[in-house]
Amino acid sequence: MSELRQNKFWKNIDTPTIVLYLVLVLIGWLSIYSAVYDESHRSIFDIEKNYGKQLIWILSAFFIAFMIITIESKFFSVFSYGIYGGTLVLLVAVLFFGKYVNGSRSWFEIGSFRLQPAEFAKFATALVIAKYISTTNKKLKDMRTISVSLGILFLPMALILLQGDVGSAVSYVAFVFVLYREGLSGFVLVFGVLLALIFILALLFPPTNIYIGITIASTLAYLYFRKKKYAFTIIVIATIMSISMVAGFDYTFNHVLKSHHRDRLNNLVGKEIDLKGAGYNVNQSKIAIGSGGFTGKGYLNGTQTKYDFVPEQSTDFIFCTVGEEFGFAGSLALIGLFTALLLRIIFLAERQRSAFSRIYAYGVASILFMHLTINIGMTIGLVPVIGIPLPFVSYGGSSLWSFTILLFILIKLDSNRQNIIR
Amino acid sequence: MNIFFERKFVIQGLVVFIAFILLSRLFYIQVIDDSYFLSANNNVLRKINIYPARGIIYDRNGHILVQNEPVYDLMVIPKQTKDIDTLNFCKLIGISKSEFTEKIKKARKYSPFKASIFEKQLSARVYASFQEQLYEFPGFYVQNRTVRKYPDSAASHVLGYIGEVNDRIIASTNNYYQKGDYIGISGIEKSYENILRGQRGTKVIMVDVLNRDQGSYENGAYDTVAIAGEKLVSSIDFEMQKLGEALMRNKKGSIVAIEPSTGEILCFISSPGYDPNLLVGRERGNNYIKLLRDPQKPLFVRPLMAQYPPGSIFKAVEALVAQQENLIFPETRFPCGGGYSIGSRTVKCMHNHSPLNLQESIAQSCNSYYCWTFKKLIDQGNYGSAEKNFLKWREYVNKFGIGKKTGIDLPNELNGLLPTVAFYDKYYGSGHWKSSTIISLAIGQGELGVTPLQMANVTAAIANKGWYYNPHLIKAIGNNNTQKIEFTTKNYVGIDSAYFNIVISGMQDVVERGTATYAKIDGITMCGKTGTAQNPQGKDHSVFFAFAPRDNPKIAIAVVVENAGFGSIWAAPIASLLVEKYLKDTISRPQYYIDRLLNADLIHAPVLSAEDIKKAEEKKKK
Repeated sequence: MSELRQNKFWKNIDTPTIVLYLVLVLIGWLSIYSAVYDESHRSIFDIEKNYGKQLIWILSAFFIAFMIITIESKFFSVFSYGIYGGTLVLLVAVLFFGKYVNGSRSWFEIGSFRLQPAEFAKFATALVIAKYISTTNKKLKDMRTISVSLGILFLPMALILLQGDVGSAVSYVAFVFVLYREGLSGFVLVFGVLLALIFILALLFPPTNIYIGITIASTLAYLYFRKKKYAFTIIVIATIMSISMVAGFDYTFNHVLKSHHRDRLNNLVGKEIDLKGAGYNVNQSKIAIGSGGFTGKGYLNGTQTKYDFVPEQSTDFIFCTVGEEFGFAGSLALIGLFTALLLRIIFLAERQRSAFSRIYAYGVASILFMHLTINIGMTIGLVPVIGIPLPFVSYGGSSLWSFTILLFILIKLDSNRQNIIR
Repeated sequence: MNIFFERKFVIQGLVVFIAFILLSRLFYIQVIDDSYFLSANNNVLRKINIYPARGIIYDRNGHILVQNEPVYDLMVIPKQTKDIDTLNFCKLIGISKSEFTEKIKKARKYSPFKASIFEKQLSARVYASFQEQLYEFPGFYVQNRTVRKYPDSAASHVLGYIGEVNDRIIASTNNYYQKGDYIGISGIEKSYENILRGQRGTKVIMVDVLNRDQGSYENGAYDTVAIAGEKLVSSIDFEMQKLGEALMRNKKGSIVAIEPSTGEILCFISSPGYDPNLLVGRERGNNYIKLLRDPQKPLFVRPLMAQYPPGSIFKAVEALVAQQENLIFPETRFPCGGGYSIGSRTVKCMHNHSPLNLQESIAQSCNSYYCWTFKKLIDQGNYGSAEKNFLKWREYVNKFGIGKKTGIDLPNELNGLLPTVAFYDKYYGSGHWKSSTIISLAIGQGELGVTPLQMANVTAAIANKGWYYNPHLIKAIGNNNTQKIEFTTKNYVGIDSAYFNIVISGMQDVVERGTATYAKIDGITMCGKTGTAQNPQGKDHSVFFAFAPRDNPKIAIAVVVENAGFGSIWAAPIASLLVEKYLKDTISRPQYYIDRLLNADLIHAPVLSAEDIKKAEEKKKK
């Protein structure tokens, strides 16, 4: 009986997801080796180097993955609040005991070992959102449920912002997709797009001009819709909201964001292009990727990454190595793999009997999707440089561990998809 | 199944859409836009020039006149200079802090990313101590190249000097030269630039972000080897050149000696000269300005650029032309009563004797004789009118290489001055002049300008009895020892060789019992002619030309010593010492004879040498 269960258990593990995971991790390891490759340190197992260390992270991630598979699925549902609470404590603690690295205080340092709680807060938040919304009769229609859901997201987001880690905070916006899938009005997405639009306009033009623009747009909208019910009220509210949003952006931009973020944003919208300052990273990254051509320069032959022209070439800018050494073909393959993984996760989500598993799966998909978009987007100058890693590929223990945990909880839940997990 | 199930399509669509956006952008920057590829090469590839060694110049006996010495240019890439211990740096290469700032600023202005020369030509010693600490100065590196070195500080005017190319040269050579390249500016360095310069090589290397060398690119597939410049063998006889320079010390003037049978120049001296090593190295600019401002004009190449009325030596040419025209014969005599009178004017003659024949007239340099001869040539010539006779006369003289460039392989040669018919027509009116009007020409004065090189060349033509090769300083070019065609074609002066003997006999008499007996050399039959070139600005110039031996002549020489008076006192003995040195390799004359010439100071200003300048500066400091 026990043996039968065991067989069934392994049978239910989703092999495509695991294969995609392994391939991405392998690509990451080889890319890190190439990115910091140097003739005098040829051994890929040299633990003095990033690639040697990454191997340790990979092996330990496998161990963590195995542990997660052996834990009861129910554990994640039952302890979701506990895990969430725990990470919040860590997020607060890091504000006091963390170490300053690159202008943010988001790392614990124990000996030579560094841990970034913000990475682990992602799966914790995904669990809690899944737990909260899946609890009977929670429909994302009433204001109360929406507010609580947003609250669950904003809490870690705010703490992470306080650390100065804008990148990780921004990735929480991904949960909008989860909320949308669970019934949040489609306007939220449209609203999100408008928000982004106004955000970019606010960066480009002085606030006063935008206020005038909004007023003109509102007046035109009213003249067009004036026959409709409540037109005036809705437009007035929308106008006031837009204006306060712009004011909020302006304040945030000038008072909350750090100067290097400001520079990066300015740089992105083309307001100030400073190739030696903030624009340097993106420019060098674009040069590295752009010089790859169609088939790339060949493995270990990328000059731009190997010779350190691209900064952070094994962490946030790891995609440059792929782009430079394998060209467009390599980019296509990697993005193809990620797209396959994302679509597979959405497929897994939709086959769950339990809402908890489904919502969690969407959480996983959203977080990975957001990271993919922002990470690759920033290396090719589509998105401002907010340092977030490329899941499974970038160098770093915290990120590899947290993404492994994130994915393998899903694989575990999926293996129990016939059960209702509450 | 959940009521919002269909929303998964929106999310799936979004995933695919974003992937598509990313890939489109990637396709654009990776496949369509190739500017990134170029930028990547700019990042990582550095083209390093490898400078070839310039060709070496030897004298006719294989003695090195100019060679190369390694120096080290300190290069800087301003963008990469970070955290430099400026104090230590300045101390190492011996500049001040403000100079450092100034130089960095200049380099940054040229380009913050590209290498430019920070300090030129570090000495081997400075380089050695700097090299050890180079790693402490990111953004700096040393580029190896060579500079000219003149082991004996001799023959500066022959060899010339090289200098860095300027923008005008770069533009006019279609960018063959690059900023920082050297090019011949004067002398042989200039006229044989194409042979001497060699071919620049390049090495393409890869560098990392800190500009550290990461090895050659594509295993050197794009590298080119530097090809050293080819050697030149000069016709100069170094020993003779050195002696000539010593003899001309503290005198203003020129010496040119030619091997008549080949046109090869054996020695070529312009005095005052300068130490060619002054125009090499870091002090080149300052030294150049000093030389340029020197009132004695040491940079002036007198043998090519100074023009003198030839004086009595012109009489030999006159005698040859008149014989060829059948107007005088060896036994033709003209009266001389102490001068030649035209109306109220008299061309004085130092002699007061019975009429001389042709040979005697040369030996005793009778002015009257040549005024009569000139009168015959111009007024009673074979071509109908004074104008036509003058034209023919001019053609003869011109064929001797007077009034035109000799075509020597040095830049900036002057034509000299030989008046034309138009010149006199303009001055006196057409048909209103005859021999008496222009009688000064008869004795080599008046509107004549002959360079020392032309004088030597005329001498060579007389020595050869009627022909000469264009004089030249390089006898063999490159590794195949080739020669230019213009130096291997004989020029005939249009006078039958039979007419030369009587003139040459007269010249032999000059040395043996005439005005230049002081220059007589035991055991060598030398034929010469002294001259005293009138100088309206001051004391007359002492001129002597000669060739030896009479049969099968080996050397023809012209010596001009400015403001030194009679040719017999200065020019002739100097020439005779050089001739003896060249033909016998020793000098038989007593030491006082030599010392008088060596020690004489006729300009009261020292010849500039590197040592002299150093001494003068030290004096100034004290």
